[in-house]
Amino acid sequence: MGKLILSRRRLLAQVGAGAALLTLGGCDAFDRMLDPDSGVRRFLTKANVLTDTAQRALQGPAPMAREYPASAIRESQRPNGSTDPQSDDYRAAEADDFAAYRLAVTGLVDKPLSLSLAELRAMPSRTQITRHDCVEGWSCIAQWTGVQLSRVLDEARVKPAARYVVFHCYDAMEQTLQGPAFYYESVDLVGARHPQTILAYGLNGEPLPVANGAPLRVRIEQQLGYKMAKYIRSVELVDSFGRIAGGHGGYWEDRGYDWYAGS
Amino acid sequence: MTSPSGKAPARPSGKTPARETASRPAGALIYRQSVWTRVTHFIWAIALFFMVTSGLQIFNAHPILYFGRQSGFGDKHYLGPQAGHGNAQFNNTVLDIHAAKRGDGTVGVTEIFGHAFDTTGFLGKSGPANDPTYQAFPQWATIPSYYDLGTGRVVHFFFAWILVATWFVWLVASLVNGHLWRDIVPGPRDLRRLPRDVLDHLRLRLPHGRSYNVLQKLSYAFILIVVIPGMILTGLTMSPGMDSTWPWLLELFGGRQTARLLHFCGLLTIVAFFVVHIVMVVLAGPINELRSMITGWYRGRPETAGEA
Repeated sequence: MGKLILSRRRLLAQVGAGAALLTLGGCDAFDRMLDPDSGVRRFLTKANVLTDTAQRALQGPAPMAREYPASAIRESQRPNGSTDPQSDDYRAAEADDFAAYRLAVTGLVDKPLSLSLAELRAMPSRTQITRHDCVEGWSCIAQWTGVQLSRVLDEARVKPAARYVVFHCYDAMEQTLQGPAFYYESVDLVGARHPQTILAYGLNGEPLPVANGAPLRVRIEQQLGYKMAKYIRSVELVDSFGRIAGGHGGYWEDRGYDWYAGS
Repeated sequence: MTSPSGKAPARPSGKTPARETASRPAGALIYRQSVWTRVTHFIWAIALFFMVTSGLQIFNAHPILYFGRQSGFGDKHYLGPQAGHGNAQFNNTVLDIHAAKRGDGTVGVTEIFGHAFDTTGFLGKSGPANDPTYQAFPQWATIPSYYDLGTGRVVHFFFAWILVATWFVWLVASLVNGHLWRDIVPGPRDLRRLPRDVLDHLRLRLPHGRSYNVLQKLSYAFILIVVIPGMILTGLTMSPGMDSTWPWLLELFGGRQTARLLHFCGLLTIVAFFVVHIVMVVLAGPINELRSMITGWYRGRPETAGEA
């Protein structure tokens, strides 16, 4: 028995020493385990599937994000990410006040579209005062005006094989060996057809400013800000986003963020 | 010395070990911790370690806390093209950790309700003097050590599920085996003993029976029944998806930014609890305490064992 207690003590001492070393060494002990292509990282990421599934099961088909009174707008919408795209075609469109801008709707649709801002504004509009939640943690309430994405999809007549809407953007986030990495995002058809999901061209009663995504950005009110692509060049209906850019369905998703940005 | 739960397994040894009787008067071995308490205890420990460290990583992405439904940036937030477009009148900042220029160099600053404190070395600026890191919490406190919000979220949400599952297992087991009402929730008799118990603790005279004293009960009940569920709910309130699903979350906590503030206060509470918990374990005899949390068996002091 005495021997057993001694070995137990030794065990405890070793555990204690290990914990102390870990504390001294800091949390960088786990850095390598969390590399994007490590097995541990892939395993931990599986919890996101659980989060996604659980949230959607609780949500039902169209959970409405809170809409606030006008008095809740206290400041201009904080811009984040790209705030001033530098590509030549964007600069030219901006100089022209987006008069020649066309939103292309392509991919798995019966009737591909090319819509001018005037045509988008002529469609029935929706105005909503909602809270923008950034993945970083801050929130900002603003009024957004645009056309429901579902109306655009209906006009283009989505093919049954389509599962996702991909937003291709004008803003290059960085230069890679393959050329500029443009921002892009994707949402499934449930999110795309949600009544609060709009292609916004107005912010707080004014035309959408460049810093906030002019001429067109998407609002997906059940998800975080990085889902709501700005500077939209085209909308593509696809059955899978696996072949686009890094294959994870978005610029930030390709860099380790969850595709489902509801949490 | 039978256990109140009536389900004590056989003692680890038929007779009192000679070695211990020789060194000091031995109290009776008491079966103190059920297997449910012991297993969930170590899962909490692991899960909370990763929750806290990945939580600080997430906090570092925007190390400013606000009160209310949105972030009142005041006039300070706008950089770049919209500089100067802020609303100086709208500032609901509670805590703001950042680095600032002072003289020739930089310092780490922690501002609480506008009162600034120099926290260089820990908050805002940390690491070696010749290669400092400018982030709110230092590298040794976050997972990963370098700034990586996406990875921090992966770790945080994985262990959040572990924590939620463990809490439910613990709750059901503690209701079924009586642990919750017998050992955790303080009753009127416990509360009457509160003043005496506070004095005993101040004199470091710690009771060592089978049952917890009232300060223990209060702190365990607070952490397990208030703080952990509160952390789960304030965590959910930060999710725009959950706010659409359960709008009452926003009412309950007074808005997403207040929920984030409370979530951070919960983190501080958990860290404070951890520090006190470890200190008390060391004061009360770490070997005995660890044995009871690993094997279930605890050696009470002769004079107090009868309290069980």
